[in-house]
Amino acid sequence: MRDSRVSIALLYPELLGTYGDGGNAAVLACRLRWRGIDADVVTLGAGATVPTSCDIYLMGGGEDGPQALAARELGESGALDTAVDAGAVVFGTCAGIQVLGHEFANPDGTPHPGLGLLDVRTVRGTGKRAVGELLSEPLIDGLPTLTGYENHGAVTHPGSGVKPLGSVVQGVGNGGGDGTEGAVSGRILATYMHGPALARNPALADLLLSWVVGDLAPIDDAEVDDLRAERLRFVRRGRWRRR
Amino acid sequence: MPPALPLRTRVASGAGLAVAGLSRRLGAGEGSVIGGRVLLAMDRGALSRLARGRTIALVSGTNGKTTTTSMLAAALGARGRVVTNSTGANLMTGLVTTLAVGGGGDAPAVLEVDEGLLPKAVAGLRPSVVLLLNLSRDQLDRIGEVRIHAQRWRAALEGAPSTSVVANVDDPLIVWAAGLARQVTWVGTGQRWRLDAYSCPNCGEQIDWDDSGHWACTNCSLARPAPHVALDGDDVVLADGRRVQLQLQLPGWANRANAVMAAAAAEAVGVDVADALAAMGAVAHVAGRYQVVSVGDVRVRLLLAKNPAGWAEALDLIRPAPMPLVVGINARIPDGRDPSWLWDVPFERLRGRLVIATGDRGRDLAVRLRYAEVEHRFVEGYVASVRAAGTSDLDLAANYTSFQDARRELARA
Repeated sequence: MRDSRVSIALLYPELLGTYGDGGNAAVLACRLRWRGIDADVVTLGAGATVPTSCDIYLMGGGEDGPQALAARELGESGALDTAVDAGAVVFGTCAGIQVLGHEFANPDGTPHPGLGLLDVRTVRGTGKRAVGELLSEPLIDGLPTLTGYENHGAVTHPGSGVKPLGSVVQGVGNGGGDGTEGAVSGRILATYMHGPALARNPALADLLLSWVVGDLAPIDDAEVDDLRAERLRFVRRGRWRRR
Repeated sequence: MPPALPLRTRVASGAGLAVAGLSRRLGAGEGSVIGGRVLLAMDRGALSRLARGRTIALVSGTNGKTTTTSMLAAALGARGRVVTNSTGANLMTGLVTTLAVGGGGDAPAVLEVDEGLLPKAVAGLRPSVVLLLNLSRDQLDRIGEVRIHAQRWRAALEGAPSTSVVANVDDPLIVWAAGLARQVTWVGTGQRWRLDAYSCPNCGEQIDWDDSGHWACTNCSLARPAPHVALDGDDVVLADGRRVQLQLQLPGWANRANAVMAAAAAEAVGVDVADALAAMGAVAHVAGRYQVVSVGDVRVRLLLAKNPAGWAEALDLIRPAPMPLVVGINARIPDGRDPSWLWDVPFERLRGRLVIATGDRGRDLAVRLRYAEVEHRFVEGYVASVRAAGTSDLDLAANYTSFQDARRELARA
């Protein structure tokens, strides 16, 4: 039986929070509270002991050096494996998807071990850094088009143990030439849409929350709908290429 | 007398400035971009030729470039004519047009330089002094990682042994960037932003900070150097123990930090610190920052905040609730195309007042304010936003191009 409060762990924001990724914790907590469900955000600074009892763990984007430091600290603690075995939800963005996988690339291109919680492998990209609006059609039932922004130099190859989160309409995504974006396996979901991905995609936020608390009452998201409509128009018109 | 400019550079300068002037008269902006392009097309080596024989100071960093440049120009200006790009034209085109004004010459130049251009500017201009203010997350779509700047600066300054550096000891990225320079004046500013320097720029391990603000890497030898000059409250404390009180018109800690950096640079080129600080006290507003404009019977004070570190300071300067506030956000190329950083700003601090969200990306801001649980409305247009606030006195805070738009639109109203 779970406690009625939902606890949301924000992992190492000083290392994995380059693109405003902490916003996802605020979005999840608000969307619970607005529905009358208590929620706590537990901010875990680097060096802190990671508890195994949280319901949701969030990992954001980071620069190369800090990302490797985060992967090492998380790997040594083993807390995330324990939490995942107990059914916790994990949401990773950008560096998060890389750290969750089997391995990612050091700045010099050599492999750095990841946590191995997602069956993906990340290598250094050979082309231009993927920077810009990212739009994907989700491969999970019930989700609308996903919209976000990506900024990464690495390429992630999904293995057979994961399902891609979506197929790319605009942007690069995983970048391995298969047109996939992100990865899902069980209750672990990861994407290259960095920063406030859950602010722009409230249905994705609610999907993660439903894995913890079950069905959720609807919320008036008119303001987000306006933002989503504006972003979708912007990308589809190709205006992102100019100015 | 300075060495005469080669004919080619003189002709190129004349043509570039003529084009810049024409562009300005046609209302196409400051004209430095197009004018600079013409100048450089006619003389690719113009930058170093226009620099010859001058004392040159360069100012770079994520926040405070324009203000610090104005302060240092004011400090040096007390001794005679100074050329400076005070309008923020800090790319190559802006530097060459600034130096070309008046047919070159030997007047000292105080130039703000874009972070990405600094290595090239150091190599081309051979400055007497370079001020390194701070480095924090900004325009990540353009640069990818903020520490890439630190790395390039470090290499550029290693290759410039005749340049002296004035560097902020409270920013580990800056200390590392200045680490191979031959001569450094370390300045204690009391900077509070630490989010981009948690992992050591030198070795990647963790940096530890103590309560007094001292920091050191837990693995390698990188640590906060002892400052030669330091800000202590409203005072500047000099190497010889002398204290000089700051009397600035510009508000806030960030401007006091800018002033102490500028004072240390002035001293490096032979100006007495007390004289320099006295001259800086005359700087009232810089390129519209902190300026008050009237829109009908509404008085609007303009504040610029471009990134999370800048906003952390701006939130201290914005007048308290319940006074409404207009916030403008754009995401054009100079702003960075990705406004994800809005989630790194503690907008929760604006609770208890109405915030009008505007600008190209006002809807992103509106969603951010929704989750910060701040009362807000999205309004298009700056004049309409100011009116929608429904008060006769308010602050308007905006990021770079939004600030320029607001200034222009409100001036016309």
